[in-house]
Amino acid sequence: MEFLRPLSWEEALALRAGRPDAVPIQGGTDVMVEINFEVRRPGALLDLNPVRELAEWEMAEGRLRIGAGLPYTRLIEEVGDRVPGLAQAARTVGSPQIRNRGTVGGNLGAASPAGDCHPPLLAAGAQVEVESAAGGVRMIPAEEFYLGVKRTALRDDELIRAVWLRPAEGPQHFSKVGTRNAMVIAVCSFAIALHPAERRVGTGIGSAAPTPLRAAEAEEFLAGELAGEPAWGRSLPDGLAERFGELVGRAAAPIDDVRGTAAYRRHALAVMARRTLTWAWQDRLAGTGRS
Amino acid sequence: MDASIRLRVDGQWRTLDVDTRTTLLDALRERLGVTSPKKGCDHGQCGSCTVLLDGRRAVTCLALAVAHDGAEIVTAEGLADGEDLHPVQRAFLEQDGLQCGYCTPGQVCSAVGMLEEVKAGWPSQVTEDLAGPPELDDEEIRERMSGNLCRCGAYPNIVAAIRQGAR
Ligand SMILES: Cc1cc2nc3c(=O)[nH]c(=O)nc-3n(C[C@H](O)[C@H](O)[C@H](O)COP(=O)(O)OP(=O)(O)OC[C@H]3O[C@@H](n4cnc5c(N)ncnc54)[C@H](O)[C@@H]3O)c2cc1C
Ligand code: FES
Ligand code: FES
Repeated sequence: MEFLRPLSWEEALALRAGRPDAVPIQGGTDVMVEINFEVRRPGALLDLNPVRELAEWEMAEGRLRIGAGLPYTRLIEEVGDRVPGLAQAARTVGSPQIRNRGTVGGNLGAASPAGDCHPPLLAAGAQVEVESAAGGVRMIPAEEFYLGVKRTALRDDELIRAVWLRPAEGPQHFSKVGTRNAMVIAVCSFAIALHPAERRVGTGIGSAAPTPLRAAEAEEFLAGELAGEPAWGRSLPDGLAERFGELVGRAAAPIDDVRGTAAYRRHALAVMARRTLTWAWQDRLAGTGRS
Repeated sequence: MDASIRLRVDGQWRTLDVDTRTTLLDALRERLGVTSPKKGCDHGQCGSCTVLLDGRRAVTCLALAVAHDGAEIVTAEGLADGEDLHPVQRAFLEQDGLQCGYCTPGQVCSAVGMLEEVKAGWPSQVTEDLAGPPELDDEEIRERMSGNLCRCGAYPNIVAAIRQGAR
C-alpha cells in the first residue's frame, strides 16, 4: 500500500486526480477500522493531515467555514457556541479518544446513514464545499450531498474542503436514541434548528432511511402554522408539537435491523421531534439562543 | 511497502522501518517492544491501546505508524518519573482501580489526558454549565472515561482512583 502525504491542498487535489484508487484519510476512525479488518485493501492512502488549513475554521461572508479536518474536540471548544446543534451532535460521537481524532469531513466522506453530523447539518441548511483540480470548487447543499448508503455527490477526483454554516440564528437541538458509550451507533437521531428571521424550522433525521434526510412535510406544516410575526412570540399552540412529531416519524423510511424495528424508530423519532421542538421553543421564549 | 520513521516514545527517540499498513499499536508492541498499550479490540472501541499522542489521548489501533513520523508518544510506562509513580498511577494502586490489569495502562493514560482536557475547560456531554470550568463529579468522570472499557468491571474503583488522582 502506497502512502501519499501531500503538504498542500493543491498537491492533495493533484494526487487525488492522479490516483483515483487512493483512499483519503483524516482522523482515520472509519478508514482504519476497515483496514484493520480487511474490509478494504486500498492501493494507496492519501493522508490529509499534513494539509494544515483543513484543520482550521474561519468566518467568511458572515458564515462559518469549518475545515473538513477540524477534530470534533476542537470544533466543540472553538466554535460550539456558534453551531450548537452540530456541537451537541459532536459531543455524542464515539468516545473522547474518537472525538480527539474524528472530523466532520470524515463523517461526510463515510456517509453512514447513522453519522451524527448529518442531521444538524441538514437542519441548519449547511453547504459542503468540495474541490477538484480540474473542476474547481462546488458548493453542495447538505440535502443534495447524500445519495445512498455510503454514497455521496462527491466525484472521484474531488475532496471535501469544508462545511459552511451560518452561525445559529435561533435555538438548535440534537437528540439521539441509543445507549451511550463508545460502542454504540445511533438507533435514530433528530436535529432541529429554528430560523426565526425566515419564520421557518429546519429538521434533519439520521439512521432512519438509506440516507440522512429532512422532514420536508413537517417543516412545511410548521411554517404554515407559525406564519406571521405574532406566532413566533407566543407559546406553541396546543397539539402542534405532537402533530409535528407525527409528521417527522412519517418522513422516515426506516428498516428493521439489530438495533431496532422500523416501528420503534418511527415512534422514537416522533418523540424526539416533539421534545426538541418544545425545548427549542422554550429557549426562544426565554431568550436563550443557545442550548 | 516499507517506510522509515522516527518516534519519540516515553522520552526516547526510536527509528524503525514499518510496513505502511502497520498501526501505531503494532509498531509499539511488535517492533519496539513497548507492550503497555494493549490490543483489546483493534477497533477503537475498548480504549486499552490509549496513549498520549502529541499530548492528547488517542487510540493507537486506529493510527497509522507512517502517518505519525516524528510524533511524541507517552505510554503508561513513560508517565512515571523513574521510581516515582504519576499521581494517577498511585491512585489506581491505592484505590484498587484494577483486577486483571489488562485495561489499566489505557485507563491511566486516558485519565491523565482527560484531566488535562478538564483543566483546559473542555465541556463534555454531561457538563451543564458551559460557561464555567467543568466540575469533575462522578458523572463527569464516567462520561469522560466512556472510551475505556473494563471487562472485569472495576469501574467503581477506577472512578474513585481518578477522583483521587484529580486532587
Ligand atoms: C469506536 C468508534 C465509535 C464511533 N462512534 C460514532 C458515533 O457515535 N457517531 C458517528 O457519527 N460516527 C462514529 N464513528 C465513526 C467515525 O468516528 C466518524 O464517522 C468520524 O467523523 C470519521 O472522521 P475521520 O476524520 O476519522 O474519518 P476517516 O476515517 O479519516 O475518513 C472517513 C471517510 O471519509 C473519507 N474522507 C475523509 N476526509 C475526506 C476529505 N477531506 N475529502 C473526501 N473524503 C474524505 C475517507 O476516505 C473515508 O472514506 C465511530 C468510530 C469508532 C471507531
Ligand atoms: S485496541 Fe484500540 S481501542 Fe481497543
Ligand atoms: S481490570 Fe481487567 S479489564 Fe479492567
